[in-house]
Amino acid sequence: MAIIIDNDTKLVVSGLTGREGTFHGLRNRDYGTDLVAGVTPGKGGQDVEGVPVFDSIKEAVDERGANTSMVFVPARFAAAAIDEAIDSGVDTVIAITEGIPVHDMLKTYWKAREAGVRLIGPNCPGVLSPGKANVGIIPAQFFDPGSIGVVSKSGTLTYQIGNELKHAGAGNSTIVGIGGDPIVGSDFIDVLTLFEEDPETEMIVMVGEIGGDAEERAADFIAENVTKPVVGYIAGFTAPPGKQMGHAGAIISGSSGTAQAKKDALEAKGVRVGTSPTEAAQIAVQILND
Amino acid sequence: MDLLEYQGKQLFAEHGVATPSGIHATTVDEAVAAAEEIGYPCVVKAQVAIGKRGKAGGIKIAADEAEARSHSEAILGMDIRGFTVYDLWIEGASDIANEYYASVILDRSEKKLLAMLSRMGGMDVEEIAESDPAAMVKRHIEPGAPLDLEVAREMAYEAQIDDDVVDGVAEMLVQLGEVAIAEDATLIEINPLIVTAEREVVALDAKITIDGNAMFRHEELAEFSDKSPQDPQEAMAKEKGLTYVKLDGNVGILGNGAGLCMSTLDVVAQAGGDPANFLDAGGGSKAEAIVDALEVITSDPKVTAVLFNIFGGITRCDEVAKGIIEATKQIGLTLPLVVRLDGTNSEEGLELLADAGLKNLHNEKTMLGAAARVVELANA
Repeated sequence: MAIIIDNDTKLVVSGLTGREGTFHGLRNRDYGTDLVAGVTPGKGGQDVEGVPVFDSIKEAVDERGANTSMVFVPARFAAAAIDEAIDSGVDTVIAITEGIPVHDMLKTYWKAREAGVRLIGPNCPGVLSPGKANVGIIPAQFFDPGSIGVVSKSGTLTYQIGNELKHAGAGNSTIVGIGGDPIVGSDFIDVLTLFEEDPETEMIVMVGEIGGDAEERAADFIAENVTKPVVGYIAGFTAPPGKQMGHAGAIISGSSGTAQAKKDALEAKGVRVGTSPTEAAQIAVQILND
Repeated sequence: MDLLEYQGKQLFAEHGVATPSGIHATTVDEAVAAAEEIGYPCVVKAQVAIGKRGKAGGIKIAADEAEARSHSEAILGMDIRGFTVYDLWIEGASDIANEYYASVILDRSEKKLLAMLSRMGGMDVEEIAESDPAAMVKRHIEPGAPLDLEVAREMAYEAQIDDDVVDGVAEMLVQLGEVAIAEDATLIEINPLIVTAEREVVALDAKITIDGNAMFRHEELAEFSDKSPQDPQEAMAKEKGLTYVKLDGNVGILGNGAGLCMSTLDVVAQAGGDPANFLDAGGGSKAEAIVDALEVITSDPKVTAVLFNIFGGITRCDEVAKGIIEATKQIGLTLPLVVRLDGTNSEEGLELLADAGLKNLHNEKTMLGAAARVVELANA
């Protein structure tokens, strides 16, 4: 099982011929992901180390049976590439590109919703189902197969927590980086829903950060809909209001969106929140071993 | 990117949103000349990216040349909640009959733009929401479409805008939606939106935030962002293309990835320390970027120790180690450096550091251990 990607994933990479696209696309293939095609307009007919390149995602779907698309194209063209993927017939689009204008994402978000296509990202590290498939830039060596689902706004913070879980002997069903932008295709709630339904996932670690109210809404959702234990971690307690902390979404405006408000909201619904990535991992392992 | 009021008003003017005419000034003489041109009474307004300027004494009415001069002298260089006033906007005084509030903002939860209108202008949105939630009328704008004029009219009726200006206010609200889309704005707020004694609808203020990710298609806005940041470290970081935010403490911090970096600030604070900055070295940092980053962090005279918290995914720890060694040589660093390297090529990185034999370097295996150590060294 696992969620979003697994042994049935057939991956097409938009931007496979670019430097980053080649590097990470082939890394994903080396991990065991079934990389069936690349797409770069005008480069159809070429190949990247044996992976056929097409002019359009539609061709990759028709000729190679691609069902998952990864978008690695530069920010100013990325929304169009996601739109193309949504129209091509794939079920899942994972957008790694950072820096996509938010007004572009407003349109693309609704396009994906209306088409029933699952969009992960943008500005995210991707999705890893250890032992099955890796789509994106998550370094797989820090994660073992197991039963803890991880959903996170942040890449490196996830690696940190995943690695601590691994050292403690715990593994992961799937790690989902949802991205730190103001508008992302899938939110905590979307991914929590999938983990709740996934028989392989026994518990969930949720990693949030300042900005927006996705964590607060997730807290309400967990109370109503999630039966599996959830452990939280929130970054940004020391972030001053009004200043952007790297991620476009990590900015506190007014009184809402603070790390404390998020922690309080989660704890009020019975979610245990670690004070550091280390403590969050420890709590998770403790719950798992109980 | 937050625009200053005068920049926002210039943008409004380009889109046909009515604003009082005004002139930008950066010196007292320019301000007086502007006041003479505009005529009296006129308003001298401090241009800083923070609210409640009036209460802080940053907005004053001048009745004649002498007042224009004395107000400009008082306001230029004034500190308004940490922001120094470098710019003034001189505009004709408006004869205000009504003060309303209008805005278009990005609603992250609903993934739509949200238009808001209230007849209770002049106060904070939070204050309005608190004192009379029903007074703030809200409607989402459907993605890909402009705000419908009929919807805007409904909002105006619901907000109990004076009958004779319902059309004018509704039209301005529609214009705000258009400006938001055309200029990639995530916030456009007019507070107050006034009705003059002559019953004209005018934007008396302009608060606009432009999505930094969309700057590539707004080259004309680039000049607005060129305002030199007021902090020397932030200016230096900007020049070097680093994501740096200055804080008040003495523990310099460098992490990779925004989330891990924020988390590093938190654990340092939990260990009793006071972070001096946020610096995200980003993914795949090369040695030169690390040298740049250390230069920026240590140029802050408050910094007494620096913590490197690196979990290498794409970032290779050996590159980070090379950067640390190079920077120590180049800048002649003697401050204690606490280094925690984990992840990709961490062993190679640690070996390089050991071989370099830097006296001021302290290795720590864990993030929490590193936080405790750097706090101890910073406060020693």
